[in-house]
Amino acid sequence: MEKFVKFDSSIMPLNIENIDTDQIIPARFLKSVTRDGFGDNLFRDWRYSNGKLIESFELNRIKNNSKILLAGRNFGCGSSREHAAWAIYDYGFRVVLSSFFADIFKNNALNNGLLVIQLDNVIINKIFEKVNNDFNSSFSVDLEKQCFKSLDGDIHEIFEINEYNKTCLLNGFDNIDYLLSQKEKILNFEKINDK
Amino acid sequence: MAKTIFDKVWDKHVVDSISNGPSVLYIDKHLIHEVTSPQAFSGLKKRNIKVFRPDKTIATADHNVPTINQHLPIKEALSRNQVETLTNNCKEHNINLFGLGHKYQGIVHVIGPELGITQPGMTIVCGDSHTSTHGAFGSIAFGIGTSEVEMVLSTQCILQYKPKKMLIKIDGELNDGVYSKDIILYIISKISASGGTGYFVEYSGSAIESLSMEARMTICNMSIEMGARGGIIAPDDVTFDYLRNKKFSPQGDKFKKAIGEWKRLRSDKDANYDKILNFDASDIEPMITYGTNPGMGIKVSDYIPKSSKNTSIESYNKSLDYMGLNPGESLLNKKIDYVFIGSCTNSRIEDLRIASNLIKGKKKADHVNAWVIPGSKSVEKVAIQEGIDKVFKNAGFEFRQPGCSACLAMNEDKIPKEKYCVSTSNRNFEGRQGPGARTFLASPATAAVSAINGFITDIRNN
Ligand code: SF4
Repeated sequence: MEKFVKFDSSIMPLNIENIDTDQIIPARFLKSVTRDGFGDNLFRDWRYSNGKLIESFELNRIKNNSKILLAGRNFGCGSSREHAAWAIYDYGFRVVLSSFFADIFKNNALNNGLLVIQLDNVIINKIFEKVNNDFNSSFSVDLEKQCFKSLDGDIHEIFEINEYNKTCLLNGFDNIDYLLSQKEKILNFEKINDK
Repeated sequence: MAKTIFDKVWDKHVVDSISNGPSVLYIDKHLIHEVTSPQAFSGLKKRNIKVFRPDKTIATADHNVPTINQHLPIKEALSRNQVETLTNNCKEHNINLFGLGHKYQGIVHVIGPELGITQPGMTIVCGDSHTSTHGAFGSIAFGIGTSEVEMVLSTQCILQYKPKKMLIKIDGELNDGVYSKDIILYIISKISASGGTGYFVEYSGSAIESLSMEARMTICNMSIEMGARGGIIAPDDVTFDYLRNKKFSPQGDKFKKAIGEWKRLRSDKDANYDKILNFDASDIEPMITYGTNPGMGIKVSDYIPKSSKNTSIESYNKSLDYMGLNPGESLLNKKIDYVFIGSCTNSRIEDLRIASNLIKGKKKADHVNAWVIPGSKSVEKVAIQEGIDKVFKNAGFEFRQPGCSACLAMNEDKIPKEKYCVSTSNRNFEGRQGPGARTFLASPATAAVSAINGFITDIRNN
């Protein structure tokens, strides 16, 4: 996992609620046995119709090279396919902002260095408004300080994240390495519990 | 301290707790399939390690397999490669695989229970969100992502935060024509597609206790559709009878001893929940969804609402647009194009029996394509023994081979653009059953009868 470093970026607004994993990456694109290249098919059926770009869709319309995806509530509901997090990351996003995330998606994102920031609905609406006024307005994400703000100072929010996840993201630590280092304890647990 | 059944099973599996972090949770059974496992195996290769406990891992091919001519090589190269990769990985790591052609092959959440792999008190994970199905046996079962699959393959453990606990209690008697699918669609319509997020749900009450194991599985299966990590039902005699003499159940004296332990898996009287919801079974009627998430459901005799308190009006209208429906419309007598009876929600033998009983001697409407996809080889076998396959075939339904099929439309089984499908599966998301497909979720009974009439039907008026 890559380390999460502080950055400034514009925002890609996607004001739709209940964006499910089938929208993020439709099942027919899950046939690969590697982790790469899913970004090409991110939001496939909203981006393309019969192979042609749908111009009105935000990702096609707004060209602001954003690293932050802003979405309506209950983002990432549906299946456990980690391909959804891979697709978002592979496309170039490093943060997803929403007022509410589905559980499995949240885990999958954090396991892949994709930061999910959950903010109050009122703030999220304010950010939508700001971005819709100017697609190039800049924001900064500082995980160390758990701070999300607009560079003009209008928005300044402290977000929550668990200490453990924060440490992992900041250092690029891998959960599997951690678990492997716990082998003794696991073997012991098996012995005691007759597993 | 008083504990819920969830606490009891969870606490027994905590290997360690990271301060200010997740718990290391031991997993008793890990189910894998071809779509979400290959990248996890690649991860092991990169680290140069083997699967830690191959005997606690079971594999099947289900998501991306054809449902006709399964004896032939898979035509499409990518799909073939995915299934072959699973086979090779299982060989290399000594994992029991029920692959294509195997007598136990089938949808992972159908075969686990029917083979007795799923047992009360276990922790069970799988790289598929409907792993919640197995909670019907009093186990903690939930879906995980591929990184987590890799964690379990390499250490038989997973890092997990303990979810909050919700109790959903349904008392009273069920109305005629109401099946467990209607119960769960009703609950989700009440609490919304995100109402259970952050929770693990326990279901109890007399209406739940009256259900068969198959019906309980349908309920737990769709817990994820309200956002919950999983659902759990305390095991009872119905559970024990179901598990007796199953292939992988404990046998003989061991089974008796196991029952003794399983009986203790009940929530203590004064156990605490973060949230409790009560429903009255008599309020539930046959249900159908009209929108693009499972929370958008109504009684089949009701009208599509003008708005939803759980969704902004923009998202609500976008959803109805996609479905080609209008607020205030009734779905009764709505012409349909497809019927899909299958998926881990409703493809067990009981589902096929219910559906076939309702259509015996009848013919499907000419304009409807009707597919029946049994959940597993074992289900298929019993269906053939009982002549259920013939009932479907005589009615003009296609009776195919086991797999996930049009539930997620990864293989060729897709509902075409803008076609209406009454489906017994669990998701009505945009494009779930194929690009542009329009899904109505319903019970197998509603689906079967609607196929005969060619339009959405209230089975009570059939
Ligand atoms: S039937 Fe559908 S929901 Fe069930 S495991 Fe297969 S794809 Fe997932």
